[in-house]
Amino acid sequence: MENVSIPILKSGNYLITSPQVALHDKLAVQFKKDILGRIVETKAEGLVLDISAIDVVDSFMVRQIGEIGTAASIMGTQVVVVGLRSTVAMTLVEMGFLLRGVQTARDLEKGLEVLQKTGRR
Amino acid sequence: MEQELIEILEIKSEADIIEARVRAKAIAEALGFNYMDQTRIATAVSELARNACQYAGKGKMTIKPLNKQGKKGMEIVFEDHGPGIENLDRAMKGGYSTGGGLGMGLSGSKKLMDEFDIKTKSNEGTSITVRKWL
Repeated sequence: MENVSIPILKSGNYLITSPQVALHDKLAVQFKKDILGRIVETKAEGLVLDISAIDVVDSFMVRQIGEIGTAASIMGTQVVVVGLRSTVAMTLVEMGFLLRGVQTARDLEKGLEVLQKTGRR
Repeated sequence: MEQELIEILEIKSEADIIEARVRAKAIAEALGFNYMDQTRIATAVSELARNACQYAGKGKMTIKPLNKQGKKGMEIVFEDHGPGIENLDRAMKGGYSTGGGLGMGLSGSKKLMDEFDIKTKSNEGTSITVRKWL
């Protein structure tokens, strides 16, 4: 559990990542640092964060996602979160949480479309 | 004898927060809660387990199936012997945190459950009981 690292793949000007394990707090913080490091290293225009495998998103995770989005946008990289389960979306709404600093789209394909549209402007 | 199935978990680390929600979700599923409610319960457990772990260093989670005059449900109790919550009204209102989160853990988990009781005493600890009915 301690040495898990989540792959962050590069395709063209975009980064794509999709955690497949439950992220405990330290791993979530490490994942955030890894993403921001990869953005600096690759100068990616956009990042798609697929959370379709994540069944619980709590306030800690919301904060990490918000920080990823805000830090990335300061560096000129758009973040699109895709694959939110309907149960996760409902839970976030009921708790009154907003995903700040990121855009959302249904799936990876739609997420890439969002980035392409933003990039052309 | 469903009532005898009491699950206890010591929460000492971040890894136990995940273990707590995995166990709560499994029990919720076994009791017949649908996937939406399993997610609500697991999310509330995640918030409350972190609360105990973060502010008190450790805590204990107890899960108990409920059966009250044919009404079935699930009760989860979180107990810690930490410093207690100094300003409970402010903590329950949300948006205020001394722990680096969103400050919405308590208010958020209350919204996900049907019943939420909290007892806290300075330098003695905090006990939070939540219930969800089928």
